[in-house]
Amino acid sequence: MLGYVLLLLIGLAVVSYFFARRRAIAAVQGKEHELHSRPSYHGAYVAAWVGIPSVLLVLVWLLLQGPVIDSLLLWSLPIGTTDGMSDGQIDLLLSEIRSVAAGNIFGEPSPVVQEAAERYQSWKFIARWAMAGVAMSVALVGLILASGRISPEFRARHGAERILSGLMIACSLIAILTTLGIVLSLLIEALRFFDRVSPVEFFFGLNWEPQIPIREGQVTAGGAFGAIPVFAGTLLIALIAMAVATPIGLYSAVYLTEYAHPKVRAVIKPVLELLAGIPTVVYGFFAVLTVAPALRQFGETIGVPIAPNSALAAGAVMGIMIIPFISSLSDDAIAAVPRAMRDGSYAMGATKGETITKVLLPAALPGIMGGVLLAVSRAIGETMIVVMAAGIIASLTANPLKPVTTVTVQIVTLLIGDSEFDNPKTLSAFALGLVLFLVTLALNVLALHIVRKYREQYE
Amino acid sequence: MSDAQPIEPAAGAEWNSDKARRRVRRRYAANRRLQAYGIIAISIAVGLLGVLVASIVVTGYPAFVQTKIDLPIYVDPAKVDAEDPASGKYRSLVREALAKVVPGVPENQQRSVGKILTSDASYILRDYVVEHSDAIGKTITLPLALSDPFDQLYKGVIPKELDALSWVQVRWFERMTNRGVVAEHDGRTSLKLDVYIDPATVDAGPPPSGDFDGLARNSLQAYLPKVHDTSQFDMLANDAPAAIEKRVAADPAIVGKTVQVFFSVSLPYAALAKGEIPKITNPRFTDAQLEAFEVIEQKGLLRTPFNWELLFNADSRFPERAGLAGAITGSFYALLICFMLSFPIGIATAVYLEEFAPKNRFTDLIEVNINNLAAVPSVVFGLLGLAVFLGFFGLPRSVPLVGGMVLSLMTLPTIIITTRAALKAVPPSIREAALGVGASKHQVMMHHVLPLALPGIMTGTIIGMAQALGETAPLLLIGMNAFIPSVENMGLLEPATSLPTQIFSWADSPERGFVSRTSAAILVLLGFLLIMNVVAIALRQMFQRKW
Amino acid sequence: MDAKVEAQPTVRVQAPVVAAKKRDEASAAQHDVKLAAGGVNLWYGEKQALFDVNLEMFDRSVTALIGPSGCGKSTFLRCLDRMNDVIDGCRFEGEIRLDGDDIYAPKVDPVQLRARVGMVFQKPNPFPKSIFENVAYGPRIHGLATSKSDLEEIVINSLTKAGLYEEVKDRLDDSGISLSGGQQQRLCIARAISVNPEVLLMDEPCSALDPIATAKIETLMDELRDSLCIVIVTHSMQQAARVSQRTAFFHLGKLVEVDETSQIFTNPTDVRTQDYVTGRFG
Repeated sequence: MLGYVLLLLIGLAVVSYFFARRRAIAAVQGKEHELHSRPSYHGAYVAAWVGIPSVLLVLVWLLLQGPVIDSLLLWSLPIGTTDGMSDGQIDLLLSEIRSVAAGNIFGEPSPVVQEAAERYQSWKFIARWAMAGVAMSVALVGLILASGRISPEFRARHGAERILSGLMIACSLIAILTTLGIVLSLLIEALRFFDRVSPVEFFFGLNWEPQIPIREGQVTAGGAFGAIPVFAGTLLIALIAMAVATPIGLYSAVYLTEYAHPKVRAVIKPVLELLAGIPTVVYGFFAVLTVAPALRQFGETIGVPIAPNSALAAGAVMGIMIIPFISSLSDDAIAAVPRAMRDGSYAMGATKGETITKVLLPAALPGIMGGVLLAVSRAIGETMIVVMAAGIIASLTANPLKPVTTVTVQIVTLLIGDSEFDNPKTLSAFALGLVLFLVTLALNVLALHIVRKYREQYE
Repeated sequence: MSDAQPIEPAAGAEWNSDKARRRVRRRYAANRRLQAYGIIAISIAVGLLGVLVASIVVTGYPAFVQTKIDLPIYVDPAKVDAEDPASGKYRSLVREALAKVVPGVPENQQRSVGKILTSDASYILRDYVVEHSDAIGKTITLPLALSDPFDQLYKGVIPKELDALSWVQVRWFERMTNRGVVAEHDGRTSLKLDVYIDPATVDAGPPPSGDFDGLARNSLQAYLPKVHDTSQFDMLANDAPAAIEKRVAADPAIVGKTVQVFFSVSLPYAALAKGEIPKITNPRFTDAQLEAFEVIEQKGLLRTPFNWELLFNADSRFPERAGLAGAITGSFYALLICFMLSFPIGIATAVYLEEFAPKNRFTDLIEVNINNLAAVPSVVFGLLGLAVFLGFFGLPRSVPLVGGMVLSLMTLPTIIITTRAALKAVPPSIREAALGVGASKHQVMMHHVLPLALPGIMTGTIIGMAQALGETAPLLLIGMNAFIPSVENMGLLEPATSLPTQIFSWADSPERGFVSRTSAAILVLLGFLLIMNVVAIALRQMFQRKW
Repeated sequence: MDAKVEAQPTVRVQAPVVAAKKRDEASAAQHDVKLAAGGVNLWYGEKQALFDVNLEMFDRSVTALIGPSGCGKSTFLRCLDRMNDVIDGCRFEGEIRLDGDDIYAPKVDPVQLRARVGMVFQKPNPFPKSIFENVAYGPRIHGLATSKSDLEEIVINSLTKAGLYEEVKDRLDDSGISLSGGQQQRLCIARAISVNPEVLLMDEPCSALDPIATAKIETLMDELRDSLCIVIVTHSMQQAARVSQRTAFFHLGKLVEVDETSQIFTNPTDVRTQDYVTGRFG
């Protein structure tokens, strides 16, 4: 249905393009040069007025239709049906009505539900046709109004270009809307979380056990939301990752920029960048399949017990993923040091190594630092590797051989298979998400600032 | 300046002194060391990439073939009603067919032997018969997949027999041998251990009683002080406590003393002492299954054709039947949505910012936003999708439409940034030339700049799509990891899964067969990524223009 | 600003007079050849940049290399301390003798050679380190100082000789980049002489500087010449006339003419030299 409506609207826009074109030509009896704008601009102008408002209307209609019908449905239920129901139960009732309406009947639905389902069915039917009708009439109104303006003097090109500019500006706003959406959704859900759990407990508590009873009377732990162990675990894994990636990435960059033959560089650089193109879920599986068992085996050999989901395995694999970030950003930073510095150093009789360690690296340090910060932000926000290879239980330890959990692991495990946002367990994921977003944002802004300052220094 | 001291000419000889030469040698050594570190670092990085790819390929390639049995099945009209073929007794038909191939299996073992075939066997037969109703009453030969353990066994991924002892256990025994406590006693390999008959735990009797097992363990532990693993005690045969008991019974006076006792070792260790490698049957198989399997193998009924089902089947609980069709379809739908949204929006944004936007606070804000969005962790986009698309707008869970929308938000910055670079690369002279002949700014854009920048834009878009194809976390959060056993009902608004989330789900599955399926799925995913990147690079090469 | 520029000529006129006087005194004493280039050919990839250059440079005197842009004078200068080695695809043929030893001989180590032959570049290129560390760099890597006080002495000495010490003695820990252009260039000279080189190569050392800074550096060269062999590439014929005793004219990668500076500027033998010094091209 929706597809047909959209297709119809688009078809109508195309038709009105040709219609308006022809009309513009007819308006000057075929002498096109008498038109202010070329006929195709008249066509485009009218087509835009036909297509854009109606399609927008359909989209808005679709977004609002669900909530509106839901509230109508609740309102139409016999009085007292929803008394004393929690939000979650109401949602459950609604989805039951919906599934009954869709024909998936499990067991014997109550007459109230059956009746509501029938109402739902008919309202949906009405809504669909209403949508189609309203959209078509908006399109027709657009057609009539816009084509009424066609005349030799009409500046259709200006009109069409203004519409295009408007569309472009609207598209640019999506970036801002996305950021706004992220900030607002995280903030609102996080505030709802802090309504139930005090921020002091969240930021300073040492105990993270978010498993709280979902149904009443269920016996589980009470739920504790002290996020320090989660933060500590995140830092530990990020630290291990950086300890793996920084030396390898930095030395690779040094070799590639200063020592390697251009041909070697042309081969090795893309190979290193391959590491960055591998999806993180692959790294996660690699950690589980190869790295963790290998570490465990190694631990057995030297008599040190290593947990199968140790921080070391997850961090090391994350380090591999981060190597290309560090190496390419360091590469850029070292290459940005002016040739004059190299010349000055060589002219003093310095060897290549001395030039690198005593002149180039210190000069490139801000750029490298910026790259490292970006990599840290990447490590903190990385999800799949830790979800697959790190632990779920939050424990406060600095021992890399023990399992720890991270912010991202908690977000994923708290939200998988659970879409109700009315308990602290799921809401806590948004609080963690907010912290994650703010920290990575701060790291990025700082890193970009440092890198920009560094570039300016040599420009 | 006039007080400057005259510069003494450096003596040329100084540079040739031994000391100076040593110093130069040291400096060059330091230089070579740095170079070596660089080579080592690169070797490690490339080596790790190699290990990653190798371990995925090695575990994944067996999944590209599937062990199948060509099982002749007599479709008994007594068990399948031609009027209603869907409700025949297919399970027993399959069992009978298998019994014909492997006769003489005792009644109580038939069930276990039946597990050689995939659990879906009866459904495959049913589907076949429903489609070919003329098969009723005939004997048909149907290729049926073997169940996962036997598939793995036939491919040689898992062995029929396992080493009975881990190499650590072997080393413990070696240590015992080196200490000279392994001896032949009464024709059995035994350990000659010092046992302190602790009066606190042993009552001399008669009859003697007490914790003899504990004593035996303690005495063994004394020889392996650093080992804290109970599997060391498997070294002693079951009669170890009895050996002490016998000694105490023979001479109650030894209570409270340390005596030497011969403990016979358990069978695997006895074999080890004889220089054999002790084996046990793989606990995943029963002997009856292995016998039946051998019969089937000898009759030449097994083949390993290319596993098309990996690509054309949807997901299944049984690894031997699970395929990627559902995941590929889901990923395709999500990418389609992602492309349809992010391509026009991205280009429009880039064109506006690069060509039309005035330089002011507002456009600065947009730019900063785009740059920061590019660095927001992907899981945060998942939270956004969950809270806004699912929570606020009430779109359905798990559907490719929402997945595509979330992915498009993540891809937008990539497309915008590459498009802007492509637009920048079009030289201003072309714009000026077009403006010079009276084209409007929009016309210059649409007629000249965009067509010239299009290859660059396409390259960036494909790379963005490739990134989106590999994204997992946001799709997990909006639930695009549904179990999809059939591709028939898939659509933009139906629950779906995607390639990366399928990989995640399979990686989490306990069945051994899913390990190699996961690797195979990864290889398929990497294959798609490779193709996309090659296309992107080819585009760039083909249309690269030197201005 | 304008007033300052007007004031320049007085300073600039002074210098040649001093130089000329000194040159006369010196020319008698100096005849030992410090550097001698013989049959130097050089290619960048396929392109030949130098054609059979033969040139002798004397100790305790300033040799100026002049010529139009792209004539190979800077390239030749870079051959003298093997700085071209660093460039990929550069091929050298011929010999350059420092005190009679070929510096392109296989046993010669460019690292040691460059300690004996210092170089100052067109654009001041102090390292992004402190003033002290900039000058201490050479002594450190070559191990010339055995103690911290030794090092300090060398640094202060070099800065003094470069005429910079008085200006920076209170801020030796400031970044070298914080100095003005002229100070930066003198810092680079101090850095170059910190390892007691025998030869100092200067590649258009004043082209990025204002006239006052230029005058200071020219005076400095005059002082340094007492103990060094200086080879300077310059774009300015006036500068060549002011600071050098001998001048070599390069054109299209070939050495056209070399003689006493006064001879080149007043009575050149080659017509191309004449055209150049009289300003007909270049």
